[in-house]
Order: sequence, then C-alpha cells, then structure tokens
Amino acid sequence: MSQASKKNIDYFSYPDESGHFGPYGGRFVAETLMGPVQELTKAYMHLRHDAGFRAEFDRDLAHYVGRPSPLYFAERLTLAAGGAKIYLKREDLNHTGAHKVNNTIGQALLAKHMGKKRVIAETGAGQHGVATATVAARLGMECVVYMGEEDIHRQAPNVYRMKLLGAELVSVKSGSRTLKDAMNEAMRDWVTNVDSTFYIIGTVAGPHPYPTLVRDFQSIIGRETREQILSLEGRLPDALVACVGGGSNAIGLFYPFLNEPNVALYGVEAAGEGMATGRHAAPLAAGKSGVLHGNRTYLMEDDNGQIIETHSISAGLDYPGVGPEHAWLKDSGRAKYVNVTDRQALGAFHQLTRLEGIIPALESAHALAFVPELAASMQSEQIIVVNLSGRGDKDINTVADLEGITL
Amino acid sequence: MSRLAATFERLDKAGKTALIPYITAGDPQPAATVDFMHKLVAAGADVIELGVPFSDPMADGPVIQLACERALAHGMSLTKVLEQVGEFRQQNNQTPVVLMGYANPLEVMGYKPFAEQASKAGVDGMLVVDLPPEEAEDVLPHFLKNGIDPIFLLAPTSSEQRIKMICECASGYVYYVSLKGVTGAASLNVQQVKEKLQQIRQHTRLPIGVGFGVRDPETASQLGKVADAVVVGSAIVARIAEHADNIELGGNKIAELIANMRTAMDSVDWPVKTA
Repeated sequence: MSQASKKNIDYFSYPDESGHFGPYGGRFVAETLMGPVQELTKAYMHLRHDAGFRAEFDRDLAHYVGRPSPLYFAERLTLAAGGAKIYLKREDLNHTGAHKVNNTIGQALLAKHMGKKRVIAETGAGQHGVATATVAARLGMECVVYMGEEDIHRQAPNVYRMKLLGAELVSVKSGSRTLKDAMNEAMRDWVTNVDSTFYIIGTVAGPHPYPTLVRDFQSIIGRETREQILSLEGRLPDALVACVGGGSNAIGLFYPFLNEPNVALYGVEAAGEGMATGRHAAPLAAGKSGVLHGNRTYLMEDDNGQIIETHSISAGLDYPGVGPEHAWLKDSGRAKYVNVTDRQALGAFHQLTRLEGIIPALESAHALAFVPELAASMQSEQIIVVNLSGRGDKDINTVADLEGITL
Repeated sequence: MSRLAATFERLDKAGKTALIPYITAGDPQPAATVDFMHKLVAAGADVIELGVPFSDPMADGPVIQLACERALAHGMSLTKVLEQVGEFRQQNNQTPVVLMGYANPLEVMGYKPFAEQASKAGVDGMLVVDLPPEEAEDVLPHFLKNGIDPIFLLAPTSSEQRIKMICECASGYVYYVSLKGVTGAASLNVQQVKEKLQQIRQHTRLPIGVGFGVRDPETASQLGKVADAVVVGSAIVARIAEHADNIELGGNKIAELIANMRTAMDSVDWPVKTA
C-alpha cells in the first residue's frame, strides 16, 4: 500500500457495521449464537454512548482498579539501552495485576445491564480468569472459568486465586489443552446456556462486537498515556511498544494514536523457541488468513486449514490467532509486528527486575525485550512508551523451574 | 434435478421422512469411511452427512470432538474427504452426500476450488457450521454454480427476520438445530420443535431436517412426524468410537441403529407436516 493511501485511512471508522476490519473480523459463529451476538451488539452500541454507563465504568476504573495507572520514566533502563527515553505504562499496578481488569469491568457492567446472572470466561495465563472472577465476586454473579489443563499446571497461583474468588474452574482436556481449547469450551458453554450467560472474552478476538468492545474498554490505556506524556514531555511519543497474543493490551495502547502518523506502533509476538523451529506463537509473522473463534484473522495453521499447536514460555501469548484489528493494521502497514524468543523475553524479565525493581509478567517481558534494540536506533530526545501490561508474580515458579531453582 | 431434490420428492410421494446419518470422515480410520457409508445406505439412510474433521469443532460435543481427533491423527484432510466421496460414487450414484464442517479448511483450499472439486467428486450439499449467510455472500455463487446446495442452520434463537433471510439463501434443505447446545446434547423437546417448524414453514417450501440430540429410534420416530428429515450424529459416532478397534463390528452396529430408526420412523402414521 502506498504512503498516500495509508494517510487517507481513518482508523477510527473501523470496523464497519458488520464488524469487519478490511477483510478481517466479522461474525463466523453457528446460527444459535447469531441472535445473541446481534443482541449484544445492540446493547453495547446503545450503552457505549450512554452517559450513565460511561460514568459507572469510569468510577469503577478510578476507585476499584486504581486508575489512572502511572506513566513511569525508566531512567536506568534508558541508560542501559543508550538511546530514546523509555517510559513504562504501569498496567501492572492495576487491581489484580494486569490490564485485563479494564475489560472485565466493562463487560461485567454490560452483563448487568443485559440482566445476565452468570458469566463465563476462558483464560490462558490466568490473568483474565482472575480479573473475571474478581468482578463476578463483586457483582455477586456466578462465574465459570475455562482453562487448559496444561495452563493450570503452569499457572498454579492464579488457579488458586480464582478459586478463592468463588469461581468454578473447569479444566479443559481437549486438543492442545491450552488457551484455544479453553475458548472452544467456553463457546460450547455459551451456546448451551445462552439465555442466562454472558461470555466475557478476554482479548480483542471473537465474533463482532467483541473485538470492538474489548478495544474500547482497553483504550483507557492509550487515552491516559496520551494525556500523561503531553503533561510530562509536552509532546506525543515517537513509538509505542506492546506484546501481542490476542492483542488486547496492544490495541488498548495503540488505538487512541492510530490517526497520528508520527507515532510508530510496534507489536511484539512470541517467537518461542525461534521462528525457524516452528515452535512459536507468531501468527502475524508466520501465519495465514483463516477463520477461528468467530472471526477471520491471521492464524497458525497447516496446509489443510487445521489449527496447529503454538509454543511460548508465556501462557498468555500461547494462542494461534490474533485480534482482527491487528491483522488489518499489519496489512495496512500502520503497525509493525516483530517477535522475540523465550530466551530474549526471559532476559528482559531479569533486566527490568534488576534495573528498575519491577518484576514484569512474561507476556510484558516480550515487549520489553524488543525495546533496547529500538531505543538504541533512536535519538536521545525521542520517546518510547512500553505497555507493562502485567506484573510477574504469577510467573516466578515458571522462571525458577526454567533456571533449575527449587522454591 | 439434483440428487437432494429427487430424494426428497421420492420420499414425499412415498409418505416417508428422510433419515440422515452423520459420520466423521476418517473415523476411526480412513479405510472405514466408504464402507460405513454403503452400510448406512443399505440400512435405510436416505442422505449421508459426512463430517469434515477440524481441529477446533466449537459447535460439537465431546463425541464428535474425539471423532475429529481420531480422524486427524490418521492424516485426514478436506482433500481426502473429497476422495472418499469420489470412491463412494463409484458404486452409488443416487444417495446424496452432504459435507458438514467448519469454515477454515475451505478458506485455506479456497471456496472456488473447493466447490469445483466437490462437484466433481459427487458432493451434493455443504453445511459450513460457522459460516452464516452474512459472511457467505462471496461464497454462495461458487456453490450454486457447481451444483452444491448450501445447507444452512436455523436455531431456537433465530428470529423471524433471520428465518426469512436464511430460507431465502438456502437450497436442498434447511437444518433446524433442535436445542440450544452442542451436538449430542441431552434431549430435545418435540413439542417445541414442532412449533418452531410451523414458523419456519411459513417462510420456505424446502424440506426441513432436524438434528442435535436424536439418540434413539423413539425420538427419531417422534421427530419424523413433524420434520421432513431426521439427522442422527453423535449416537452413531459413539458406536463407532466404542468399536474403534473392530471396524467390521462398528459398521454392523451403526447399520443396526439406522435400521431400527428406519423401522420406527416408517411404522408411524402418514405424517401431517404442513403448517
């Protein structure tokens, strides 16, 4: 696509009415769910402009989540990288420890307005499961969380958290026993209990309107960043960096800047054991267009259209698809997508911990791993904002295991 | 006239309801599939629904999920499913074959090449579970041009407006999902199904098949009174799974079930199906 046509795209006009971002997105679900997703769309399109609903959402973000989250200048990391100034958007300081809660607050309010008494969710790293169980506890709703058996083993602290919060945890034993299979199982629950149940999807994927409503709820990250950097530096950043699994923290940071052509956007996918090994979770880098979980997007799939198993050290990035808006931003050239290996992410995990006294989630460590290289290629007066999407307490067992340490 | 139209016309004249068994292609192993299809026809099947295995069958219950896993473990693919239909057609040129599956294998093959190859192999209809008419605008012309009937689902949650829109896009037959749930779910309510079918018949003259939750000959015969076709899936696939290590026996067991359903359905009085 030429530079000229790129400039003409109004990114705020997407998706179209039926939920398409160019060729991506849409509604690819069985007929039983078509009525319910249309009903959800109607409810959301009404409530998103409703002053009362917005005030309720903002109030919860301020007093329950603890927003705005700080925009922190990482001075020692900046010195170590030797280039652009590096700021961290501290989503790790949110209640429940990650950006996920922004979305679950919004969707639970929607559920309440739609009269649903039961919420379900899928989870990979457990962050979205915890964030869903948290809001369900607060609103007195029944909560069922689907989690792959494989992920239950590697995220034990979050599993216990969900149980403490009163959620019923269902161990998913089908397929690869990870996030994609948890999502299959949640969709099966939804189709069965569609009258009583609201499905709180954790990322910017799924049938329309999910990619849009999750993006809208997460966009608080980018809106705050914009205000904060203007107040701290008097200008917009030169680059934004975020990790991309499904892509909700990345789209939340990017969205308010999409129509700012001078702000470069970098999404960082998980290269796992290395792109050449095939054991990774980077559909934007190595996948093809396809249909899964209700939308058309880039997928990790074989030549026959079967979804293939992914690999990442980070359970939250271990997903064969990606939100359709990212697929569109890649094709249009508005955002660039890079990837880092497990080993690089682990290095960044330690680096941030030792330089700044902040233990990042392994997901966020992927974004951090790309930053020194980017910063070094920029001038010292330039600015990078990295989304520190979650804290790493949940990952200390994984890291210790990998390094042969018994806790 | 298409094989599907001819089949429904013949049954209508005879006052019979179509019996449509579903099996997953390649389950429990690819060598069994064509033989199973012939056995089902001999036992009284009027149309065969052949499942295209997919790694993530979101609308299916555990029975068909496992069937997909067994088939994929043997290297099944959409191309191989079409080969099996071609092989079936060498001995049977009358019984309609409808493929049922998910969008992604077709997306990857391309809808146009798929429709052309499916037509050549002898496929009569295609039901793509996760491809509602709204997303099928560019797909349907390829199906129609190649004589593949697009089979669409209707559900208890389908509004009047959607029923009308879907019936306008459908051909061959429409498939009413009897309950809110996945394939092989608990049990269906025949009275509720009857009321919904009356509503659907106001919008189409196409035959209406009913499936999801048809477990035994008794349910099949009750449904047969109100529907034009009864679709049986998980009950068959569960028997295939039970005898996965003995294909001969598995084939006999599914033929036995279909024969019993056929007998039960044919023994009821002339069905009064008009609204």
